[in-house]
Amino acid sequence: MLSALIALPALGALAVGLLPRGKDQLAKPIALAISVAVAVYAIVLAFGYDTTSAERFQLTETYWWIESFGVHWALGLDGVSLTLVLLSVILVPLVLLASWTPADRYGGASTDDVPERSAKGYFALILFMEAMMIGVFAATDVFLFYVFFEAILIPVYFLVGRYGGPQRSYAAVKFLLYSLFGGLLMLAAVIGLYVVGGRNSFLLSDLTGLDIDPATAKWLFLGFFIAFAIKAPMVPVHTWLPDTAGQAPAGALVLIVGVLDKIGTYGMIRFCLELFPGASRWATPVVITFAVISIIYGAVLAIGQVDLKRLIAYTSISHFGFIVLGIFAMTTAAQSGAMLYMVNHGFSTGALFLVVGFLISRQGSARIDAFGGVQKVAPLLAGTFLVAGLSGLALPGLSSFVSEFLVLVGTFSRYQVAAIIATFGIVLAAIYILWVYQRVAGGPSLVDFPDLSKRELAAIGPILAIIVALGFFPQPILKVINPSVERTLTVVEQNDPQPTVAEAPTSPGVRP
Amino acid sequence: MTASVLAAGNIPAPHVEYDLVAPLLLVFGTAVLGVLVEALFGRRWRPRIQVPLAFAGLGAAFVWTVILAVNADPHQVAAEGALGIDGPTLFIQGTILVLAMLSMLLIADRRQDTFAAQAAALPGTDAEARALAGGSEHTEIYPLTLFAVGGMLMFPASNDLLTMFVALEVMSLPLYLLCGLARRRRLLSQEAAVKYFLLGAFSSAFFLFGIALLYGYSGSMSLGDIAQVVQTGQTIVPEEVVGRVQPQEATEALLYGGVALLAVGLLFKMGAVPFHSWKPDVYQGAPTPVTALMASGTLVSAVGALLRVFYVALENMRWDWRPMMWAVAIITMVVGSIVAITQTDIKRMLAYSSVAHAGFLLTGVIATSENGLSSVLFYLAAYGATTIGAFAVVTMVRDTSGEAGHLSRWAGLGKRSPAVAGIFAFFLLAFAGIPLTSGFTGKFAVFRAAFEGGAAPLVVVGVLSSAIAAFFYVRVIVLMFFSDPEPEGPSVVVAPATAAAVALGLAATVVLGVLPQPLLDLAGQAAGQLFVR
Repeated sequence: MLSALIALPALGALAVGLLPRGKDQLAKPIALAISVAVAVYAIVLAFGYDTTSAERFQLTETYWWIESFGVHWALGLDGVSLTLVLLSVILVPLVLLASWTPADRYGGASTDDVPERSAKGYFALILFMEAMMIGVFAATDVFLFYVFFEAILIPVYFLVGRYGGPQRSYAAVKFLLYSLFGGLLMLAAVIGLYVVGGRNSFLLSDLTGLDIDPATAKWLFLGFFIAFAIKAPMVPVHTWLPDTAGQAPAGALVLIVGVLDKIGTYGMIRFCLELFPGASRWATPVVITFAVISIIYGAVLAIGQVDLKRLIAYTSISHFGFIVLGIFAMTTAAQSGAMLYMVNHGFSTGALFLVVGFLISRQGSARIDAFGGVQKVAPLLAGTFLVAGLSGLALPGLSSFVSEFLVLVGTFSRYQVAAIIATFGIVLAAIYILWVYQRVAGGPSLVDFPDLSKRELAAIGPILAIIVALGFFPQPILKVINPSVERTLTVVEQNDPQPTVAEAPTSPGVRP
Repeated sequence: MTASVLAAGNIPAPHVEYDLVAPLLLVFGTAVLGVLVEALFGRRWRPRIQVPLAFAGLGAAFVWTVILAVNADPHQVAAEGALGIDGPTLFIQGTILVLAMLSMLLIADRRQDTFAAQAAALPGTDAEARALAGGSEHTEIYPLTLFAVGGMLMFPASNDLLTMFVALEVMSLPLYLLCGLARRRRLLSQEAAVKYFLLGAFSSAFFLFGIALLYGYSGSMSLGDIAQVVQTGQTIVPEEVVGRVQPQEATEALLYGGVALLAVGLLFKMGAVPFHSWKPDVYQGAPTPVTALMASGTLVSAVGALLRVFYVALENMRWDWRPMMWAVAIITMVVGSIVAITQTDIKRMLAYSSVAHAGFLLTGVIATSENGLSSVLFYLAAYGATTIGAFAVVTMVRDTSGEAGHLSRWAGLGKRSPAVAGIFAFFLLAFAGIPLTSGFTGKFAVFRAAFEGGAAPLVVVGVLSSAIAAFFYVRVIVLMFFSDPEPEGPSVVVAPATAAAVALGLAATVVLGVLPQPLLDLAGQAAGQLFVR
């Protein structure tokens, strides 16, 4: 039952949070055990998912929550949400494992300014965040989605504000205000959609396929889209992410960038495209333009960063550009690629943040120039950094490659220019990843610290295994998400363009 | 003619439905008893009698209100048409009584020494010590509060404008006095009392002038009659002269002038911009328990009266007053949210937050629909409970000079007293309208009603000002949790009665956020009855 899947980490968070003073160390094993239980339970549930079923949502449950508003406690999973739930529940135990010691937290500055960490609070907040993440992806009621969407801000806010670096409170407030601003705009759109729908219900099934006046639909679309663009984050509303990333503890960042930001792209598919197909088509040129700008701008800024965590944040902005591009290209290949990318990006960025977190906790600094020659003193650490980085630059054989390739191919069949410009993002990705690796791991040894411990290996190992496995064999995930893609494209009434083989010589970029 | 009637001895005795007005009579009766207690009992006995008496009076009135609401058909006018007892009114009265009892918990908490022992004694002086040693206490606070509460109950129930004016004064006069009784910072408190009194008197004058103009327009004080005149355009002819005097064309200019002036009086009491300037000063200067009562009870009462006037008397001209209320709602939300950002005193900040919330309430009022009515009712109950909880926490955070009002003194409270700071943070999140708090449910309800009423731009302004408002709520949370504590920061003094008020406020905020359905149903049923005419 999905409710149980949400309740388990939520109650776990409560239990961990209510541990008596001084039992701080007990919080860690309890939280880890709960998160592992959640992951196992989710995977068991996932095996019950039938990819051939004609039902759109599976594992559904629907109860009245607030009847006078027409709000249901309605949960259910389709292909996209299932994969994202799995991504979350797999990442959480690994994050907990990686955040075991207090050293895993600083934002890379001197440790004097950072007060004692309460492990209890940190682990409880992560578990609470997990509950909200599952809820946000599983909700099939727009109101319920909104509730989770906003409620998740609270644990993140405290994770950044209490456990971050020296500028933590600035970063936390910036994050919260950006998200709240977007969220409240969405609230107006949610109310508007409900009123326009006129069925006294927030169920997704009651709100899809409405015959909305095009002008109204455009406004409602904008309300949703701005909220998701902030979350995703797209240029020009991305500025909260580097600041948050610079200050937040690396463990929390895995979840913030790896999962939380996916709510934005997930929301674009589930709400923008499916609820307002006409308005989505209307907005596509602008969205694609901003997506391409995000790809290039994020990548260029990533190259110029001096802080490891900010660098990864900017690479993510670039990657989110690819995801949004794939979603709004509205072809089967591009959208499958985008959905797959959401999962792959979660794992590869998660891996990068974890490794970077290990590096920072050893050196006490997040500045790239504080490192050098890591591969001599800690070959394993440097190796994992390289693999995670290569996954980030979409090296064939690692998971991101498949998705990036699909996005570009799918986009090219409709928007050649955008696809061509976006391809430069890959070139830039090679620069920022390889250059940072060279500066951190290559050269004369500037650092002296131990290699990965068994605990750290246990945290990073499974992610790398998944990255490689999905790089060679993405089929299981594609099989799950493809029905969702087809359904979304049917709703937006977009057919794939006919292959233009005959015209190939005249169109640029396909010259033999 | 009067003389002849008197001579004949046939003055018709007014018929009063005592069962319907019993809650009012109970509260006023208890207040009168309280005055007698002041006169007849010694100093030592007064508090011991006054406190239980006050709670008994409020409790009995609440029970009676509930019985009225459950039983039979309360949808009627009482006391010769002076009072309207109907679903919305009973809901509002029940809400006010609950909020009054919560505030009474704060007022009755004698450990907090919030009130001056003697109005003329400075804190820490010999005079005060003597007064305290002599057992002198301001026990007249209890009857004063009860009179104010009685006025609050009557204000939204008034079915004619004259009764409404009397209720307004009965409610306001004791509050002016109560404002001046703070033990600490006496001058600020007295300044608050004088300001509130002067501005209140001004607004009463506007209100009264508005009544006069409306009487001139319609020939009647009754809200129902005014509604009829608005519809027909013919003035009302008093019963005794029917046939001898012909109805006349009503003068529209009088109507518009009257409505505007009446609105000034009502909007002043609820603190909507541009009639809000008293709020920060008064909220800051008044003893915090009294502030809690004003921020919850008075607001509920004023909005109730506003609803009655605009839904009953002026419903048929809503296309005329809506633009005005739109403008007021927009500037109230925007100004309240923006000015709150610059505040450095916690009570002033909460005062501006209350201004912003008055704006959110107005968006529901503008909807003039059943949903609008029920959403405003729900909002009032939810907001009132949260507000009292928040002010109760304010009374708990103290240093050597009494309550630690300045925001900088709250720095690091989360480290020293995580529970209290956590609860206060929760209240702030509720004010900001974060889901799973009552504030969100209420905001959602009024915004939905406004949207349905075709006020989509108002909703957009509403959510944008919510975003601005979130900034200063969050700032306090940042201060409490992410800043380092001051070396000699305030400590948290937990007194049982105040703690009970905080706990009840918290419970209401959580329950109305997570499971709001029962109260929404109640508000929906109450609103479904509509106001009686």
